[in-house]
Amino acid sequence: MTEAVIIGVGLHPFGRFPGKPALDMGADAVRLALADAGVNWPQIQGGYIGSYEVANPDAIVARLGLTGVPLRGVFNGCATAGTSVALAARAIETGEHDLAIAIGLDKHPRGAFAADPSVAGIPSWYGQTGLFLTTHFFGMKINRYMHDHGISHETLARVAAKNFGNAARNEKAWRRTPLSVAEILASPVLNHPLRQYMYCGPDEGAAALVLCRADQAHKYTGKPVRIRSTALRSRRLGAFEVQSPSFPVGEVVASPTVDASREAYERAGIGPEDVDVAQLQDTDAGSEVIHMAENGLCKDGEQERLIAEGATEIGGRLPVNTDGGLLGNGEPIGASGLRQIHEIVLQLRGTAGDRQIPGTPHVGYTHLYGAPGVSAVTILST
Amino acid sequence: MTTTQVPVAEGLFTWPPDESTPLRLIGSECTACGLVSFPAASDCVRCASTESKERLLADRGTLWTYTTQDFRPPSPPYDGPEAFEPYAVGYIELPGELLVEARLTQPDPDKLRIGQDMRLTLVPYTVRDDGTEVMTFAFAPAEEETP
Repeated sequence: MTEAVIIGVGLHPFGRFPGKPALDMGADAVRLALADAGVNWPQIQGGYIGSYEVANPDAIVARLGLTGVPLRGVFNGCATAGTSVALAARAIETGEHDLAIAIGLDKHPRGAFAADPSVAGIPSWYGQTGLFLTTHFFGMKINRYMHDHGISHETLARVAAKNFGNAARNEKAWRRTPLSVAEILASPVLNHPLRQYMYCGPDEGAAALVLCRADQAHKYTGKPVRIRSTALRSRRLGAFEVQSPSFPVGEVVASPTVDASREAYERAGIGPEDVDVAQLQDTDAGSEVIHMAENGLCKDGEQERLIAEGATEIGGRLPVNTDGGLLGNGEPIGASGLRQIHEIVLQLRGTAGDRQIPGTPHVGYTHLYGAPGVSAVTILST
Repeated sequence: MTTTQVPVAEGLFTWPPDESTPLRLIGSECTACGLVSFPAASDCVRCASTESKERLLADRGTLWTYTTQDFRPPSPPYDGPEAFEPYAVGYIELPGELLVEARLTQPDPDKLRIGQDMRLTLVPYTVRDDGTEVMTFAFAPAEEETP
């Protein structure tokens, strides 16, 4: 089986773009990715495209060229980009295509995601009585985690300060004003212990990746980035997960993040100790803390010391969310994970500018997590 | 004039609770593997059996985790009062049964503690225009009880 590599990346800035449709942002991201790869749209043989707000994102072909290309729509909530990149890579690996594309785009209205619980298979009373909020889950999970593993409120604020600081170095990020730990700890509580400046917000943006067969990459680039593995897992019975009116007693079962992470490391033949830079789902500052351990990058509770020492900052031992993460970029759901991969590709190429990590990084790691308890991991290397 | 009260949904908790039918959450138990579910479910997510029986759940448990809701949730689906009062939510471990998510009667996070004893109660989470109180289940710190 041949290997899939990334030869082009494109990112439309994340933020608010009044009057600009999601499809136009997607087309801009695709054109950037094509130019980066040095290929034209008619050369693309197939692809996958994900969006939450756009019901048929494959309509983007009308903006890019009506070539008859098979462009398939995909959706897995916050893990959507994990699916689009996994399927594009699979199309290359199996020999279906020589050149494929993964695209994500979204344009969310302001405020927390709201939907009818019945859409998620949950009874109406759960929404009526004010329980159907994903933010409750994030508050409750980190509250329990702080209790069990000695994580402080200051650590949560340090994570947020780091990500806003990284976003300030990223001209395509949304929240580019640095905030101090004190300012973050003074912002209003939204869901104890999480405060306003510890949450990401839904916004707008798009991203695209061009993939090709490893044995043809030399035709396009001197620095292909290898897709070493992709994994997606849904929740198992007994895991503490978002949107659960109840869950079974007994030993708490590992989150789908742990399952996806282990599968991705095993398939790649790469271990957590090999990871040079990681982009982890930071829906909130607590999520980044928990996801460091769930992805095998540290032990439970070690985050308190690692974060205080600056280990996850750009110059640290294990830089996390170097482009500002979701806190700094917001979350256009369909595009969010492709933004993570875009950042890893820049870091591995050594072209991340002001936020380039020192040394010669070889291995990058990306992680997504969201409702209804689904996680996707992609491991990349030079 | 007495206030009219209605449950937010049928089959969620015993209604109306009285001395012969004390307040309990209505769950279910899989007749094949014994998994306890809430709300009551006909299909088992462990063994995929489609046979279950009603099971009234324990009215006491311990607080496993909690958070607060400090802004008004989006409506719909939330249909609580326009004048928003922050509330707390948590998971209560009912020993040997399950962990259930519920509103908590104590909204101050500094007065809640992981591991504390909790008891089941009902709260009027909203009032309709005609004055009818809509009741839902909640858990209260057990030490608030008058002896």
